[in-house]
Amino acid sequence: MSKLDINGKIYKTDVDPDTPLLWVLRDELGLTGTKYGCGIAQCGACTVHIDGQAMRSCSVPVGSVAGKITTIEGLGDKQNLHPVQKAWIKHQVAQCGYCQSGQIMTAAAHLNQIPNTTQEDMVTVMSGNICRCGTYCRMKKAIKDLVQGSSPMQEQKTNSLSDQSL
Amino acid sequence: MGKVAKIARRTFLVGSAAVVGGVLFGIYKVKKPYPNPLLKDLAEGETALTPYVQIDGKGITLMTPRTDMGQGAYSMQAALIAEELDVDLDQINVDPGMPAPAYYNRALGAESAPFKATDQSRKAETARGFFDAMTKLLGMEMTGGSSSVADGFVKLRLAGAVARETLKIVASQKTGVAVADLTTKSGHVILPDGKLLSYIELAPLVADIEPENNVVLRDPATWRLIGKPMQRIDVADKSTGQLTYGIDLSFENMIHATYKLNPGQGGGLKSFNAEPARKINGVIDVVEVAGGIAVLAKNTWSAFQGMDAVICNWEEAPYPQEMQGHWDILTKSFDRQYKDSRFLDDGDVDQAFEQEGQQKLTATFRTPYLAHAPLEPLCALVRYTPERTDVWACSQAPGFARNNVAKALGIHKDNVFFHAQMVGGSFGHRLEDEHIKRTAQIAKKFPGQTIKLTLKREVDFAHDFPRQIAMAKARGTTKDGKIQTFDLGIAMPSVMRSQMGRQGMSVPGPDTQVIAGAWDQPFNIPNYRVTGYAAQGLAPVSSWRSVGASTNAFFHESFFDQLCAQAKIDPLEERLRLCSHAPSREVLEKIKSVSSWSGTQRSKNRGRGLAFCLSFGVPCAQVIDVTSTPKGITIDKVYVVAQVGTVVDPINFENLVQGGVVWGLAHAMNCEITYAKGKAEQSNFHMYQGMRFYQCPDIEVFGLEDGNDIRGIGEPPVPPAAPALANAIFAATGKRLSEMPFHKTIQFV
Repeated sequence: MSKLDINGKIYKTDVDPDTPLLWVLRDELGLTGTKYGCGIAQCGACTVHIDGQAMRSCSVPVGSVAGKITTIEGLGDKQNLHPVQKAWIKHQVAQCGYCQSGQIMTAAAHLNQIPNTTQEDMVTVMSGNICRCGTYCRMKKAIKDLVQGSSPMQEQKTNSLSDQSL
Repeated sequence: MGKVAKIARRTFLVGSAAVVGGVLFGIYKVKKPYPNPLLKDLAEGETALTPYVQIDGKGITLMTPRTDMGQGAYSMQAALIAEELDVDLDQINVDPGMPAPAYYNRALGAESAPFKATDQSRKAETARGFFDAMTKLLGMEMTGGSSSVADGFVKLRLAGAVARETLKIVASQKTGVAVADLTTKSGHVILPDGKLLSYIELAPLVADIEPENNVVLRDPATWRLIGKPMQRIDVADKSTGQLTYGIDLSFENMIHATYKLNPGQGGGLKSFNAEPARKINGVIDVVEVAGGIAVLAKNTWSAFQGMDAVICNWEEAPYPQEMQGHWDILTKSFDRQYKDSRFLDDGDVDQAFEQEGQQKLTATFRTPYLAHAPLEPLCALVRYTPERTDVWACSQAPGFARNNVAKALGIHKDNVFFHAQMVGGSFGHRLEDEHIKRTAQIAKKFPGQTIKLTLKREVDFAHDFPRQIAMAKARGTTKDGKIQTFDLGIAMPSVMRSQMGRQGMSVPGPDTQVIAGAWDQPFNIPNYRVTGYAAQGLAPVSSWRSVGASTNAFFHESFFDQLCAQAKIDPLEERLRLCSHAPSREVLEKIKSVSSWSGTQRSKNRGRGLAFCLSFGVPCAQVIDVTSTPKGITIDKVYVVAQVGTVVDPINFENLVQGGVVWGLAHAMNCEITYAKGKAEQSNFHMYQGMRFYQCPDIEVFGLEDGNDIRGIGEPPVPPAAPALANAIFAATGKRLSEMPFHKTIQFV
C-alpha cells in the first residue's frame, strides 16, 4: 500500500510499486487529465509536477514518489485558472488538445521556478513536448504574454503602483 | 406517443436536401431525403426540428456529425446552425449524434470526381453530381478531404433557419401575433412588446404543426458569428484537463485490453505462447483476435506488460521484407501495364523533346511511407449483448465502424449504438477501424462487460496503415526563358483501393489520388502531361493529411523550380505567366506582395523557396526563408496565402493553416516509416521526431475570400510546405533535395 499526495489530497493505492505513476493516476485514481502519448518520456503528454519539478509520469515508478504531486487538475480549474491556462485559453492554443495538459504543466513548472525567464528559454524547455497538430505558433503567442507579464520590470512597475495607491 | 408518430411523418430535411442534394439522374432513392434520425429516440415533450437541432427540457442541442479531431469541426458546425437559429454558442450543447444516412457528406463525393477544381464545365459538374449521388446512396457519413465546411455551409444554416422559422410559427399561434412581427435572438422569440418566449418552452408545441421549410438564408452582411473570431467551445476544457477523450472513459467492472498483431501487416499468426503473460500480476486472460493476440487485464499497464510477454510466431508479411524490394516495385511500375490514368496530356510532350533548341532536364524523386501517429493512440470501448451493443470510439467514418462491429458480432447494425468520442488527433488515422472491430471480437467473449482497448504506442506505429510511398520521374524542357515541356510520371500504391478494400468496397476507375496535386494544377504549359501508375504488391496504405497531394506537390513543385533555375527565370513570375485561373493568380500575387518577393536569393547562405498547390479546391502558396548555418539549416519564416471562399473563424483558420504547414515541414525534415523483415522499424517518437518547438518558424497566414464556394483548410496547407522548403534549401546551398526525408541529405538545426 503506498500513499500519494496529489493536488493536496492523500490517496492510497495497492498497485505494484513498479507501475508508472501515469497509469496509477489514470486507471486507479481517475485523474485522466494527464495523458498517455509514448510511454518512454519522449512526448511530454504525461507531464506532472513532483515538488514543483516537471516530471514524465510515464517513466516514474509510483513506488519511487516521495514528494507532492500536482496534475493538470490541481494546477487550476475554470474558476481559478493558472496564468499559463489563462494565456492558453486567451490565445486558443489547443487544436486536438491532447498534448496540452503536458505543454501547460511544462510551461507552468518552468515559470514557477524562473519567473523572469525569457521566451527563448521557455521554447527550449518546451521543446521536449510534442504537438502533432503543430500549435507551436500559438503557444509562442501565449508564452509571450506570460514572459512579458512576469518580467522583473513589469513586476517592479506593479509594485510601485501599488505602493503609490497605499 | 401520438406526437412522436406525427413528427415521424415529417421529413424536415426536405428543405435542405432539395437545395444542396444531387439529383442528377433523377434516381428516386437519391432524391428522397433520408429520415430524421433524431425522431427515433424522442421522449414526450422533446422536439427534433431538423436532423441537426434538438430541443428538450435540458436545453438546445446542435447535432454536429462531422468528427472533431482537433480541427474545430464541432465549433464550426455549431456556429453555422447557431447563425440562423439565433442562439449563442454558450447556450447550446453539441452532440455528434448516432451514425445516420441523413448526415451523409456531400462535399466528399464531389471531390472524388476526376475533374479539376478549376473546371466548371457541364461534364465536370455532371461527374461531380454522379459521385455525390453515390455518396448519398452509400449514406457515407465521413469526415475527411477537408470537406466538413463545404458540406455543411448551406445545409447547416438551412437547418438553423428551418428550426427558427418553425419556432416563430408556434409562437405566433400561441400569442396571436403575426409571424412577420416576430424576431428572434439568443434562444428566444421576441414579441413586438419586448416579451421573450424561450425556444425551450415553445419546442413541445412544434409537434402540432408543419415545419416551415420555405426559408431564405440571411445576407452575409448581417452575420453575427461567421467570419468573426470565435471562442472554440472546447478550448477551456482542453486547457484544464477536463475534456474527456475516448481514452479517458471508464465504466464499472471494465476490463482493460490491448493487442498486438503480426507486424508484417496483414500476415497471420502461426502460433503463440501466452504462459509468460499469464504470470504477470493483473493479467486476466489472453485471447486470439484476427491476425494476433489480445491481453485482458485489470489495468492498462498490466495489459501492456502482458502483451509484451506473449511469444508469437508470425507468418511472413505479404509485401517485400526490405525497403529495396519496395523501391524495386515502384521502379518497375512506370510501365503500361500499371498505368492508372493520364487525364492531362496537353500539346505533344514527345515531339517537344525531339525539337532543336529545347534545353532538357530529367529528375527522379522519392517519398517514403509515413505514420499518422496522432498523440492519442487508438482506443475503443465495446459492451456487447446480442440485443444491444454499445461502442465508444472515434471514427472518421462512424457508419462504417458501426457496420463492421455488427458484422464482427453477427448482429444487426440497428442493435449497435455508436457513441462518437472526442479525439486526440487523427490526420486520417481514424478512417480505419481495425481496432474497433477487434475490440468487438474481444467483447463478444465477455458479454455484458465493457472492454476498453488501448493500443500501446509501439503497436499504434506498427499497425498504422501509412501514407503512400511514392516515386516520380520527371522530364521537361525550357527554351527562350520559358518552361515549354513538363512531363511527370508518378508511381504509388492506390490509397483508395487499399483503404476501401478493407471496407469490402472496390473503387471504380482510376484513383485520382495517384495524381492529385500534380495533374490538376492551373498552369498552361504548352506540352504538359501527368501519368499515374498504380503500383501493386506494396504495404497497405491509407489517407494521410492531404493524401496524394502530400507527395505529388513535392514532385511537381520541385521540378517546376528546377526548370526555372535551368532557364534562369524567376519561379514566381513564371507561375504567374502560365496561370490563367483567377483565384490562383490572386494567391500568387498576394504571396508576392506579402513576402516582398524579389527572387530566391536573400544573401550569402540565406535562401527563399516558393511552392504552390491547388488541392481540395484551395489554391495555396507558400514562401519559406531558410539560413544555412555551420550547424545546419534553420527555417526562419513562412508566408502562406490560401483562397477558401469564406473564412468561418479567422482564429481557427490561422491555427489550422499553421498546423498544416508544421505537419508538412515536420515530416519532410525527418520522418519516414521503413520496413525491415516486413516490420516497421520506427516504433516510437524517438525515431519519428517531427518538428520540435524550437525549430518552428514564424508562420504568417493570409486567407483570401472571394465569397464563392467555401472550402475546408485542414489539408491544403500541407502539400506546398515540403517543396517550398526544398526549394529554399536549394537557394541557400545549391543542393537539390529529391528525396524525403530531407535529413538524409542535409542537416537541420
